[in-house]
This record gives sequence, C-alpha cells and structure tokens, in this order.
Amino acid sequence: MRYAMAIDTLKCVGCSDCVVACQMENNVPIGFCRDWVTETVDGSYPNVEIELRSERCNHCDNSPCVRCCPTGASHIEDGGIVLVTHHKCIGCGACIQACPYEARYSHPEGYVDKCTFCIHRVRKGDKPACVAVCPTKCMYFGDLDDPNSEITNVLKNRKFKSLAPEAGTNPQIFYLI
Amino acid sequence: MKEELFVSGRNIPNIDPYLNIWHWQIPLYLFLGGLAAGILFFAALFTIMGKEKEMPAAVKKAPIIAPIALILGLIALFLDLKHKLFFWQLYTTIRLESPMSWGAWVLMAITPLSMLWVASYMKELVPGWKWKNNLLESFEGFVIKYRLWMAWMIIVLSVILGIYTGILLSAFNARPLWNTSILGPLFLVSGMSTGAATILIMSKSKEERRTMSWIDLLLIIVELFFITHLIMGMKAGSQVQIDAVSLFLGGQFTVSFWVFVILLGLVFPAILEILERIGYHIPVVIPVALILLGGLMFRFIMVEAGQLTRYLY
Repeated sequence: MRYAMAIDTLKCVGCSDCVVACQMENNVPIGFCRDWVTETVDGSYPNVEIELRSERCNHCDNSPCVRCCPTGASHIEDGGIVLVTHHKCIGCGACIQACPYEARYSHPEGYVDKCTFCIHRVRKGDKPACVAVCPTKCMYFGDLDDPNSEITNVLKNRKFKSLAPEAGTNPQIFYLI
Repeated sequence: MKEELFVSGRNIPNIDPYLNIWHWQIPLYLFLGGLAAGILFFAALFTIMGKEKEMPAAVKKAPIIAPIALILGLIALFLDLKHKLFFWQLYTTIRLESPMSWGAWVLMAITPLSMLWVASYMKELVPGWKWKNNLLESFEGFVIKYRLWMAWMIIVLSVILGIYTGILLSAFNARPLWNTSILGPLFLVSGMSTGAATILIMSKSKEERRTMSWIDLLLIIVELFFITHLIMGMKAGSQVQIDAVSLFLGGQFTVSFWVFVILLGLVFPAILEILERIGYHIPVVIPVALILLGGLMFRFIMVEAGQLTRYLY
C-alpha cells in the first residue's frame, strides 16, 4: 500500500476550504496550520499565469524528518504515512529543520505536529478531510499500489510535478499541471 | 518575473517567513560541546603519549573546564526542548541514522568520564584534598589504575563529540548552508582550536605554552583551509547552495562572518601567535579570548544563517 495525493492545480480556485476543514477535523490550534494554499504568479501583464497549490506534508518516501528524529517519534506508518507519536516527541526541532517543505510546526503543547493524511479517517475508509470537502473536487487521494485506483489513473493520464524533488525526498504529493 | 506569496493561514511563528526554531541554545551548546571535546582530546592524547609531566595543564588542569562546559551545554540543550518532560525518550532508543541520537548517547558516556578524569586528579590539583569516604578513596585508586584505558575511551568519544557538533547541522539537507560534509571536520577542528586555546591560557609552563600555541596555530590554518573548502564547494554547488553561501559573500552575514569569525577569530590570533613565536611579547589572554569569541560567533552565525536557507519551489 502506498498512499498518495494528487492535486489538480488547474481546478483549484484557492478557496482554502481544505485549510479550514483540516483545522476543524484535527483541532489545529489557532495560528497554526497543517495545510495551506500558495499562490504563484508568473509572467507580466497581460501574460500572467497563476498557480494555486494546496500544500501539506509530502509524506516522503525518503523522509529526512524520520531519519533525523532522535527518539523514533517521527515514523512511517503502513501505507507510507509519516506520523509523529506525541508522547515520544521531545520537541527538539530537528525534524522541523529537516523538512524542505516546512510542513511541520511546534504545537503549543510542546510536541511537533503535522499533516497525518487524516489517518483516523483513512483507516475507516474515508478520505482525508481536505479531500472530502474540496468544492472543485481537485484533490485525489488513494493507493498508488492499486492499479485501478482513481489516483493511479489520474497520474497515468495527466502531467504532474512534485515539490523540490531535487531535495531527494521522493515526495508523495503530486501536482497535476 | 516571478512572484510567490502565501495567501492562506500560513503564518506560523518560528517558521514563517523565516525558519527560526533554534535560538541561542543550540549554537551555545555546539560551542561548549566542541570546547569540551577539544580539551578532553588533548588531555587523553598527552596521557596516551605519556607526557603527563610535560603537559600538566592539558592533562590535569584544563579538563576541569570540560565537565562544566558539558553540563552547561546539556542545560542549554534541555532548554531548547519544547516537550521537556519527555527528554528521557532520547535514552529509550538508539537511532543510528539520527545525529542527535548519537550526540545524546555520546554525551551520556563522555560527561561522567570527564568527571571521573577530573576526580582522579583532584589530589594533585588541590593539595590536601580528601574524599572523606573509604569507598570513594578505593574507587579513586581504581580509576587512577585504569587511567590509560579511560584516555583511550575519551580520545575516541571526544572526536565523535567534536565531529557530531558539525554533523548535527550537516545532516539536514533541507538547509543548504549546513548540508556539506566538510562541516563535521570543520567543527571538530574549530572545537579543538578552542580547546587548545583554553589549555594555553591555563598553562604556567613555558614549554607547554609553546607546544599548545604551535598546535593551535596549526589548527587555525587547517580551519581556514576548511572554510575555504566550504565556500568553494558551495560556490560550485547547486542553486540553493550558491544562494546559501551568498549570505557570507555580500549577503546579510558578510560583515559578521568576515570580521568576527575570519579576521578577529582566526587570522588575527594566528598573527599574534606568530609574533609571539618570533620574539614579541603578546599577553596570552588576547589571542585566547579572540579564538574563543570567534568560535562562539562562528556557531551562532552558522546556525542563524543556515536557518535562512531553504529549497526553492
């Protein structure tokens, strides 16, 4: 099993519903977020292009955060989901330094927190909160090892990119372009 | 023209707009750890070489600084933790891939060893010192008997400790300024140089001072050579590394790096030590203070600047 997410940058309107849904679902403290939307403007008027991206932890295959964790609190769950065990985390900040996507933050309670791909929902067969609420249905979540899954098909048929692949992390969030 | 702006709720303290999760605690610890590693390395080295008589400050006196520096460093590390009550989780596992895990275990071993080292010389350092306990007295005898063994353990551990202070940073490929393998040896040499400087100022024997200032001069030259390597390697690296090193070459850390680290911290004390060698009388406190200050500044600048560097996407 290899969970991954594909996000269609051509369909995304940047409404930030995914951000709010995540904050509600996961009780993210005010002033922090596990996912966010970036807007990249390219070109100069009148030839301007905007790319909207809903970003979060890339649940990297080669995750530097897991490698540098001194206690094993950062670990990889079945399906390749990168998680932090709160009661093992000492809050040293190494994983925050190690993440090229800056997807982790220090929770006010001390431990490090990040996107979990809503593992509590995924285990029940639901989709992550951000995917479930997307009004333009621009996000796909599923198992890359399953040849018939929606995400496998969408990645087969569309051009895509991932963020900072040169960091050697093998990210598992794909942006359809 | 390319522009990128954050539009959603991404406004996380210590991460946006610049990552700043490590404050003064980490660079201070890196300095103290390197200093302790340097001092202990020379104490062990001269013991193994059988030069306890010729190098009394290096073997007996200066090591007093090591446990103090290590304990202060450990306090700084503890203050850095955000989930403090769970610190013991460090000692429930050994993670070979994590430099911080290596560091935690090495500190666990070298801190008590450095205390034993000092304790074994207590009677020579403080005339009339008594342990006032038979058990402690016989334990002291035991420690003194196996001092050479201890020296071998300490020499290995101190090199690991010194290198680890650099590898701790260089293991983060997300921070391009740190992500260079020269950082381990560079921090080791810098730590040894601060250690040698500390021994230099604590020494009363002319012969020992001569040896230590010779060693220190050599270490400074190696350090300058490694720093040149660091800059050259970055300049010839990928775009993120070119951007990273530009912080020192015209960027916001240019003055602090070249003035405090290179000139005042390395070149100037080296010149003073050469002048001393060719016959001028220079108060030893000046080069020593400059070397220690330069080492401390170097770590602060590296940690601060490194956190500004990131991947472009």
